[in-house]
Amino acid sequence: MRIGVLALQGAFAEHLAVLARLGVDGFEIRERADLNGGIDGLILPGGESTVMGRLLRETGLFGPLKEFIQRGLPVFGTCAGMILLARRIENDPVVHFGTMDITVRRNAYGRQLGSFHTAEEFHGIGRIPMTFIRAPYITEVEDGVRVLATVDGNKVAAECGKTLVTSFHPELTEDLRVHRYFLGKIR
Amino acid sequence: MNSRYELNKNLAQMLKGGVIMDVTTPEQARIAEEAGACAVMALERVPADIRAAGGVARMSDPKMIRAIQEAVSVPVMAKVRIGHFVEAQILQALEIDFIDESEVLTPADDTYHIDKTKFDVPFVCGARDLGEALRRIAEGASMIRTKGEAGTGDIVQAVRHLRLINKQIRQVQSMRDDELFQAAKELEVPYDLVRYVHEHGRLPVVNFAAGGVATPADAALMMQLGAEGVFVGSGIFKSGNPKKRARAIVRAVTNYNDPHILAEVSEDLGEAMVGTNEHEIKLLMAERGV
Repeated sequence: MRIGVLALQGAFAEHLAVLARLGVDGFEIRERADLNGGIDGLILPGGESTVMGRLLRETGLFGPLKEFIQRGLPVFGTCAGMILLARRIENDPVVHFGTMDITVRRNAYGRQLGSFHTAEEFHGIGRIPMTFIRAPYITEVEDGVRVLATVDGNKVAAECGKTLVTSFHPELTEDLRVHRYFLGKIR
Repeated sequence: MNSRYELNKNLAQMLKGGVIMDVTTPEQARIAEEAGACAVMALERVPADIRAAGGVARMSDPKMIRAIQEAVSVPVMAKVRIGHFVEAQILQALEIDFIDESEVLTPADDTYHIDKTKFDVPFVCGARDLGEALRRIAEGASMIRTKGEAGTGDIVQAVRHLRLINKQIRQVQSMRDDELFQAAKELEVPYDLVRYVHEHGRLPVVNFAAGGVATPADAALMMQLGAEGVFVGSGIFKSGNPKKRARAIVRAVTNYNDPHILAEVSEDLGEAMVGTNEHEIKLLMAERGV
């Protein structure tokens, strides 16, 4: 099993470290040639969605990755990664991959002073630690999207087919269960 | 450490692999964001102009900082003078995302840095060697950057600082356990931090390069030397084509290991900022606040 982690900007090394702990083969995606070795799953990490959006287009990765996702490649987006997958961004006219039927609000908790850590129930897993860094949350979901976690009434994790998104950063905690849940979507 | 400190170190992790750009107006901030800056540093004058103007350089006008916060969605940073904890209180009141306690401004205190553990917002501080880096972390810094020599367009000092920090990290890593106590004494830092470096082979916080970055090649050089991202101060808006140069440096930080891409993005960028060699300058900002 080979999992590609988009490594254009942000906390990609943290996801690769989690994959290593789970004994899964992970690799960085920085340019088109990195896709040549085959890919069984994709992780879109946290960072700045504006930066990743621009670099996806400049590197020529946008087209091939979007096609992979549309053809059913399992994909896991955390924070900025969730924004890249959302069909609509409430406070930004830009759409990136737009392959998941959700609407998100960027920087929904405000600036860094609004960042926080908590623990909440994640459907099918149990209570997990959640770290939110200048995080977005989901404001609307369409039919077929299942909400997996809420914090203070706001939707912070969801799935639709082979796509999984979280507002928070499982890769920043010691808890490996969300990554394991994602790996369950592969094959 | 408390969870606020963890969250602040986490924000620095989100900036990795990115370029933080100095901007002096909302318009420049928008250009920087559009070009792919992962954060912007709001200040009244870029370091090259601070150098040229002379006099006392202070925290920027809050009105100007607010205007930049309103202009962009990426994190906004701003600088305070070394040791000036009231300037830091003011920036925290503005809900700034990151405070740079910076040698580029005139120091307010020639002995003490700010006790950064007293603040909820994160701080980034400059360092020329491992001792300086760990002292700033002990004071509560959530992120470290090399000092370089801001406003010169000369990369030599940033290279020197980053190489030295990494060399000292390797030295600490290879020590016997009983040698770490002496290392802590020599570096003038808490033992626990030396212990962390020994065990992990890295600083406990994210480490960026700063000072003198003027070209995509400079940025890639710092990344290949082990920086986790890059600050660009005067290098962008003091050049002939800021938009194009900003985009090129962003791309160079992502694809820093691919010389073909670096060649492509280095093409036709127009005039780089005018550089000043280190022996031609009178004021070494890097020597402020050790």
